[in-house]
Amino acid sequence: MSSVLVVQEARADGKSRFFQESLAAGRILAGLTGLPLEAAAIGNPNSSVLAEFSGPPPAAAHAVQHPLLETYTSDGYVLAFEQLIRKLQPAFVVFPHSYQVRDFVPRLAARFGKGLIGDVTAIEAGPTFVRQLFQGRVNGMYRDAGDGPCFISIQSGAFPPDSATAGATTIHPFVPEMIAAQIRTHPGEPFRASARTVDLGSAQAIVAVGRGIKEEANMPLVRDLAAALGAELAASRPICDNGWLPMERQVGSSGQTVAPKLYLAAGISGAIQHLVGMKGSQCIVAINKDPDAPIFEVADYGIAADLFEVIPALTEAIKAAR
Amino acid sequence: MKIIVAMKQVPAPDAQIRIDAAGRWIDESGLQWALNESDAYALEEALQQKEKHGGEVVAVCAGPERVGSTIREALAKGADRAIHIDCDDLASRDALGIARLLAAAIQPESPDLILTGLQSEDLGLGQTGVILAELLGLPHATLILHVEKTESGLRVKRELEEGWFQNVELPIPAVLTIQSGGNKLRYATLMGIKRAKTKEVRRIAAASLAAAAAPVVLLDRIALPQKQKTTQMLSGSPQEAAAALVEKLKFEARAL
Repeated sequence: MSSVLVVQEARADGKSRFFQESLAAGRILAGLTGLPLEAAAIGNPNSSVLAEFSGPPPAAAHAVQHPLLETYTSDGYVLAFEQLIRKLQPAFVVFPHSYQVRDFVPRLAARFGKGLIGDVTAIEAGPTFVRQLFQGRVNGMYRDAGDGPCFISIQSGAFPPDSATAGATTIHPFVPEMIAAQIRTHPGEPFRASARTVDLGSAQAIVAVGRGIKEEANMPLVRDLAAALGAELAASRPICDNGWLPMERQVGSSGQTVAPKLYLAAGISGAIQHLVGMKGSQCIVAINKDPDAPIFEVADYGIAADLFEVIPALTEAIKAAR
Repeated sequence: MKIIVAMKQVPAPDAQIRIDAAGRWIDESGLQWALNESDAYALEEALQQKEKHGGEVVAVCAGPERVGSTIREALAKGADRAIHIDCDDLASRDALGIARLLAAAIQPESPDLILTGLQSEDLGLGQTGVILAELLGLPHATLILHVEKTESGLRVKRELEEGWFQNVELPIPAVLTIQSGGNKLRYATLMGIKRAKTKEVRRIAAASLAAAAAPVVLLDRIALPQKQKTTQMLSGSPQEAAAALVEKLKFEARAL
């Protein structure tokens, strides 16, 4: 039976909001295509996230279980979902765009001679899938071609979950065939590098700096501004990669998520990996010489000018105003 | 170890992106190009592995004539030789198509390790390395910050979400996608730049790789995103803009 199959890729561990968002995207696809909605997750049928759905429940749910799936491996997950998809033959397979999905779904799709349309932000008639290109500067409108299932993954926060009353559906256990020798990678326990000494999450004001600062020698400019504002200093990934600020001051998908009263982004273009870490801030100020930089999409106030001229002027103006 | 580094040339980080007249792709005229950042880290990791364990580093890059500058940069930094897959229609190929080209060029080399950046800065698909592993039948690991050779293969440090990491053991040959920031990038030396001119760059026509297939993911058109929020743009001289911002933050946003 052809369907829209929505997959919870992680084990049931409280990350189910992203699954509910995937279901919301799946419902849009089901509405556009007239296909029934199905769901699948790795785990025990009784304890899994498949037991209760927010919004209209799918026609069926599949609990994929095997001792070799206890720990995530790309080989194991590809084998399991390959078999499930061959059995169900869905027209669309929807995943959340998590680090884990990025690790195995391109491989899964290639096994079907297909590609993954990843990090989708909107689904339109066709169906056409919208995803960002050039670090958010441009949107691309994508279409699936060829035979076999269409694989998509959705961006976190792009599809609000359905808040309607909960419902349940029939859960079918699915036990894929696999042996330990088919799993070639051996992952260790997750760990944190070191205890964090900076908690940007509780900061009232943050001055964040990006690639636009150009050289380490220019860092005092933003340090002075942060001092004048009484703000914590933070950065986008390239600054921390260069060692100009410690990694623990990084904001974004691989760093901290913050929501201060004031977030001032200087020389940050606003790639999605950074935006997900700061777009919940109350007041966002962006200073960037490129007026088309995507950071201005989320900013309340913007100054499209050379930060080397604006920041010293701003530091002075703030000192004078305090 | 024989290490292949698959690299991509992308618009330079501060390049102005303009949409072409047909709305199908960007206007590439006058664009500045650079080596994709995470690919630069993949190259650095390969060079450090060669320094520790010996062997050879081969850079592979697909694209038109212009990618020659990126290939020379890799050779100048220390790659031993390079393969240039010649094709002018990169933008019309999907990730599976590009990975098939790379796989066909890499397979005869029988490398011990294939490294590439975790994603490109232009398309941001983050799939080429993973698909490459599937096509070559090799194990893979993504988002790698550190690579250590062991007796039986590799131990790699993988980045997870929200500040978590994980060590993964896997046999070689393998494909790793490298996250930025794991190493410090080297600059090409004058001697390196000079030596690069004598190093082998083998050009292979994409058409000769017999890896052709119709794309399964089509990019129909591109467009500027719609604004999610009304941004008040403050203009004037730097002093005027700064004064206006302080005023707004103090009395409108009450954030000062």
